[in-house]
Amino acid sequence: MSDIRVYEQGGEAGFGDYVQLLKPRVMSLVVFTAFVGLLVAPVPVHPFIAFTSILFIALGGGASGALNMWWDADIDAKMRRTRGRPVPAGSVAADEALALGIGLTVISVAMLGLSANFAAAGLLAFTIFFYVVIYTMWLKRTTPQNIVIGGAAGAFPPMIGWACATGGISIESVLMFALIFMWTPPHFWSLALFMKDDYSNAGVPMLTVTHGRKATRRHILIYTVLLAPVALGAGFTSIGGPVYLASSVVLNAIFLKGAWDIWRRDEAQAEADKYAVEKRVFRFSLLYLFLHFGALLAEAVLHAYGLGAW
Amino acid sequence: MSFPPEHELHKRRLGRNLGLGLSLLAFVVIVFGMTIVKVSREPHPAAAKPAVAAPAQGTQP
Repeated sequence: MSDIRVYEQGGEAGFGDYVQLLKPRVMSLVVFTAFVGLLVAPVPVHPFIAFTSILFIALGGGASGALNMWWDADIDAKMRRTRGRPVPAGSVAADEALALGIGLTVISVAMLGLSANFAAAGLLAFTIFFYVVIYTMWLKRTTPQNIVIGGAAGAFPPMIGWACATGGISIESVLMFALIFMWTPPHFWSLALFMKDDYSNAGVPMLTVTHGRKATRRHILIYTVLLAPVALGAGFTSIGGPVYLASSVVLNAIFLKGAWDIWRRDEAQAEADKYAVEKRVFRFSLLYLFLHFGALLAEAVLHAYGLGAW
Repeated sequence: MSFPPEHELHKRRLGRNLGLGLSLLAFVVIVFGMTIVKVSREPHPAAAKPAVAAPAQGTQP
């Protein structure tokens, strides 16, 4: 009588593992900012088309996440924060992540073209290319400015959302892009200050590793100073208004104070209170971005009722 | 190693198959919905043809 024998298989992935490949937390930021970009645009979009467009933008973001995990599996395995990801954990094979990333790229770009327009689809394709090739494959491992240039990829979603509605680019969408672009360096560098072992262990040339922590603190302050006029500037365009401008003034004042506090500290002080200020500024930076886009959304809603806006 | 009928692997496979099935179903619903919205909003080019102009009076011999 024959006996069925099965050999232990190394990690067969569940559905949740494939979802993890799409970086759902990053995707939530993509969805929110793309949604705001689409909603604040002056051209109304059918609700179902708006829903499908946001869905395909999110799927495109997920595709770039999967391709990033495929390429970065070696350094992900070395970092505490990322070693539980599906590829380094062994639950999904690297070539499966590659196949999923390519498949979702094709589907998301083609479907966004059909759902909204091909200008938006082109921007989505460029965003995926930028994140995967320019940032992940090239800059991340070669320059300490990786975060600055790579941050552009995360800044495109509101611009794509705007293009879904209008079919083009304008000063408003460029300013929404610039807001996220300038916000990314102080946000990630404050994280890098208190996650110091991770990036050095993986050999990623983070500014903290290549130029030291003092230089990183100075860079955080410089970028936060440069961020303020960009954020306030958006308040004077058609998407801004008194609500946005008032919120932006308060948020930038708090962020600048945090960046100033980081710049004034040295490592001994930071070690003494276990990077309390750096952690506070990092947490606040998340709120900063969320509230800026929330204020833009509020202006759009008020505008629909004949209130707010300039 | 013999395979018990309720191995954990089976649960993972079931979850994966169900997830994929539901994703495909959602995709079909989205394409169908998009088609309905597009067709009901954008008139077909053939339907937008201008009506044939009536012959002007007084030109007949």
